[in-house]
Amino acid sequence: MNNDLLHGELVRLAAENPEVMAGHFSRWNQDAGWVRFLDTEPSRLLSEKKWKEWLEKDLEKGPSDQIFFAIRTLEDDTLIGFIGLFDLFMQHGDAFVAIALGERKYWGKGYGADAMRVMLGYAFSELNLRRVSLIVFEYNPRAIRSYEKVGFVHEGRIREVLQRDGKRWDFLYMGILREEWLAKESMTS
Amino acid sequence: MSIDTQLFEGKLIRLSPIDHEKDPAVESRWTHDLSLQRALSRRVAMPLSIAQVKKKYEAIEKEVEESHRLFHFTIRGREDGRLIGFVRIEGIEWTHGVCSLKLAIGDPADRGKGYGSEALQLTLRFAFRELNLYRVSAVVTEDNPEAVTFFQKFNFVEEVRRRKAILRDGQTWDSIHLGLLRDEWQATQMIGGVDHEQ
Amino acid sequence: MDTNILCGTLVRLVALEPPAVAEAINRWDRDSEFRRLLDSEPANQYSVKKLIDLITKEQEQELRSEYTFGIQTLDGDRLIGFTDLEGDIFPHGEAFVGIGIGERNFWGKGYGTDAMKVILRFAFDELNLRRVALDTFEYNPRAIHSYEKAGFVHEGRAREYLYREGRRWDLIFMGILREEWLTKDTG
Repeated sequence: MNNDLLHGELVRLAAENPEVMAGHFSRWNQDAGWVRFLDTEPSRLLSEKKWKEWLEKDLEKGPSDQIFFAIRTLEDDTLIGFIGLFDLFMQHGDAFVAIALGERKYWGKGYGADAMRVMLGYAFSELNLRRVSLIVFEYNPRAIRSYEKVGFVHEGRIREVLQRDGKRWDFLYMGILREEWLAKESMTS
Repeated sequence: MSIDTQLFEGKLIRLSPIDHEKDPAVESRWTHDLSLQRALSRRVAMPLSIAQVKKKYEAIEKEVEESHRLFHFTIRGREDGRLIGFVRIEGIEWTHGVCSLKLAIGDPADRGKGYGSEALQLTLRFAFRELNLYRVSAVVTEDNPEAVTFFQKFNFVEEVRRRKAILRDGQTWDSIHLGLLRDEWQATQMIGGVDHEQ
Repeated sequence: MDTNILCGTLVRLVALEPPAVAEAINRWDRDSEFRRLLDSEPANQYSVKKLIDLITKEQEQELRSEYTFGIQTLDGDRLIGFTDLEGDIFPHGEAFVGIGIGERNFWGKGYGTDAMKVILRFAFDELNLRRVALDTFEYNPRAIHSYEKAGFVHEGRAREYLYREGRRWDLIFMGILREEWLTKDTG
């Protein structure tokens, strides 16, 4: 039996109390750069209290709707971001994944890719999904490269969805099939 | 066994209620090892935050009180009161005198020390002598042969195999139902002429 | 892809409207044999009012975790029973199927068999399940035979599970794998 389903090489995935996440969320959300990579919505600068309320309601959704994890470093258990599956359709075995590292100093060092690999392992080994999808913004090349490295394949783009800084930007759709992930796993092990 | 025998006291462990203050942190830690949940249930194995465990405990006690079909006991160290695991008598159908059992020792370091066996012995005695049930079931997965051996030690008989019911890590496994009738349990209490009841 | 897969040759599966199904269940519950063949719960009779309440509450909880249908005749649109898929269906892709025909004069005429065909198709072709399981009672040979004909394989018995009429009876488990259903479907 696989005991390490939530552990990667740099991070582990964990379930945290709403008030713990709320503290980090309200801080991260004040970094507009981070928000713009993650969200189509402009940052609203909500209070910690408001985040706690939102998280409490959101975390009540069961695994049939969404699955949400905090990302902590293995080294010293620092909470650096979150990763989750949403739009989960169990009968089709399909879900969207979203990841965000709120702590800038962990960007570009492989932490995101490691968390994504753990999440995909969970999605394919525990949830028995057949594929995982994601949307990434055209102006986020660092994330796009990271997803490509993990094994996501480009599947198309929705043109000029976003408008920011006076320009229009595409949504990029990427996906990874179970067979592709298995092939990648057997290559790297 | 007489009326004044302690139903909840073993030599190493005791069966206890939930401690809403101390237990959630311990159980939250256990839930981050998905293999434990996989051993107990075929629902999606997910880690739970302390807040989620607290909510779960509230739901459990509500169900115990309202449904009258569930008993949930924590397993604690006899000496130090430390939370070691839990045992559930669930799905009780009173008119037929049947139920299903679940038992978990949360920390792998606490396994193989006799805690589970003692807890099961106490629980079976409770089911047959206090709840007056006629039979007890347990459902385990083929990928957990230790669980099958554990129950078979107590005279449980393999009764049903739901073929390929479980899909994990890309492999299928049977779901195995074991059953123990009151007479069969009674026989284990008189092994070698020694009454194993306290 | 545009076939109504909820339609069989004698019946179709429909949504349950609480007032209509409550009235029907209230009538069927008077038949204690029907209750005892269907359910291990003690035979009981609820008022229509209580049944509407129970069914509505159940429907609110179900959402994506269970699938319950009424069985309606194609000829005459008569509600004759119900069928459901439940259990912790995902992530393993196994559901337990239940079926009950409340209208006695539709017993033994192929309506149950047809309903089972339809719900199995829903299970395998829409929910993409890997297997469907059921449990049934030793004292219900008509149902056991019907399930065998539908392709279910015996998988064991919980011994002496039921206690009715002063004696004990086994609870019989059966299951059909997707591979087995696919070969059957070509019939």
